[in-house]
Amino acid sequence: MGATSMIVLILAALTFSTIAILIAKIVTKATTNPQKGEPYECGIPTKGKTWTQLNVGYYLFALIFLIFDVELVFLFPWAVVAKQVGWMALVEIVIFFFILFMGFLYAHKKGALKWV
Amino acid sequence: MLSFSDISKFIDSWLRDIFNPTWTMVIEMMIAGVCVIGLFAVLGLVLVLMERKVAAWIQIRLGPNRVGPKGMLQSLADTVKLLVKEGMTPDGADKFLFNFAPFIAMMVAMLLMAPIAFAKDFQLWDMNIGVLYFSAISSIMVISILMAGWASNNKYSLMGAMRSGAQIVSYELSAGLSILAIVVLSGSLNLNDIILSQADGWWIFKGHIPVIISFIIFIIAVTAETNRAPFDLAEAESELTAGFHTEYSGMKFALFFLAEYINVFIVCAIGATLFLGGWMPFHIGHWDAFNHVMDYIPSSVWFFGKTFFLIFLIMWFRWTFPRLRIDQLLNLEWRFLLPISMFNILLVTLMAILGWHF
Repeated sequence: MGATSMIVLILAALTFSTIAILIAKIVTKATTNPQKGEPYECGIPTKGKTWTQLNVGYYLFALIFLIFDVELVFLFPWAVVAKQVGWMALVEIVIFFFILFMGFLYAHKKGALKWV
Repeated sequence: MLSFSDISKFIDSWLRDIFNPTWTMVIEMMIAGVCVIGLFAVLGLVLVLMERKVAAWIQIRLGPNRVGPKGMLQSLADTVKLLVKEGMTPDGADKFLFNFAPFIAMMVAMLLMAPIAFAKDFQLWDMNIGVLYFSAISSIMVISILMAGWASNNKYSLMGAMRSGAQIVSYELSAGLSILAIVVLSGSLNLNDIILSQADGWWIFKGHIPVIISFIIFIIAVTAETNRAPFDLAEAESELTAGFHTEYSGMKFALFFLAEYINVFIVCAIGATLFLGGWMPFHIGHWDAFNHVMDYIPSSVWFFGKTFFLIFLIMWFRWTFPRLRIDQLLNLEWRFLLPISMFNILLVTLMAILGWHF
């Protein structure tokens, strides 16, 4: 079907979810209650702001992920031709991984991969 | 034997006789859309029932057995129940993002259907970058989860979403690297070419130990990427109630649930395609007689058999391993799986260049 299938699939997903939610909206009877709209916290009223501060670790891992993900994108075209290029491809990727691995070791040494 | 391409060609020529080309295309697109929605709904129902039955079987109990013969209609009854529940939005929530997140989850799950070859010559989009497409689209999944968790205005949801973000993003790396092993060996990003390269044996048998290692890493990584136990920190019910979908109810929750199960199916289908030959029957090198006998089993049976075997494996994990802690989870990825899969790529390349595979 070619690239049109993407449009078809997006439209199919949208119609499916819209129809499902609409049917549910028609079938159900909405009731109002002041307690109903409160954030759920096992029956206890929420203390303070709900959008709280979180561990910095999440941010650090996202940063390291960014580096490695870009590396992964570089690897895709390499992988397709690796077999045809032969030994040169292996040498290149060993150099590439060596540099990357140094960065990885640096991050490890700095303690970025440790959960605080 | 009737093949899917014959059927689609027949429908195409039949439509072309009646309508002009533009309308033919529109109607064909509609048929494809309806088929995918049907497949979606059926897969959702089957997988939910399968999960409960496998769980029951492993824990030596009966599982659902009241609705329909042997509880076969249980998931249908659940759907009806979810349909009549009120889908409410909490007062403090970001209304637009809260209501839009399930749509994104569904769109991602649906878009991932495009490159999968369900049977011989039966594929929505035979694209030349199938593997890249899979890794690209599957990483959008995390956006819907973060969106849902952030917009819910709930501490549990926010923490679940953050955990899930860190987890999906981390395990994407080793999943991508283990996929690359097969790309190196087959020299193509096209899923159909990868399947055809396994005509004389599946990669998991042809590729010796390096491919087996990357298969194991792939299974671990996709289990984490789909947020399933033992990596279900995003919705760890004993600590976070239900994680990122704590505040969702009714049909919006059902859409998340459905998208989650479809994602499990899709990653298993990709795993089956890359490592176990997709719709390719079980072939051994030059044993032509044996290969010919195997060809009599239809290709769709092979595909769904392998996929459901992998799904069973993932369900088995759920009832075998205890849940990891977040630091253990990230340690496993960054200290073990990532270096191992990087080293493994080098091994696979060496093997491919020397021609050490069968």
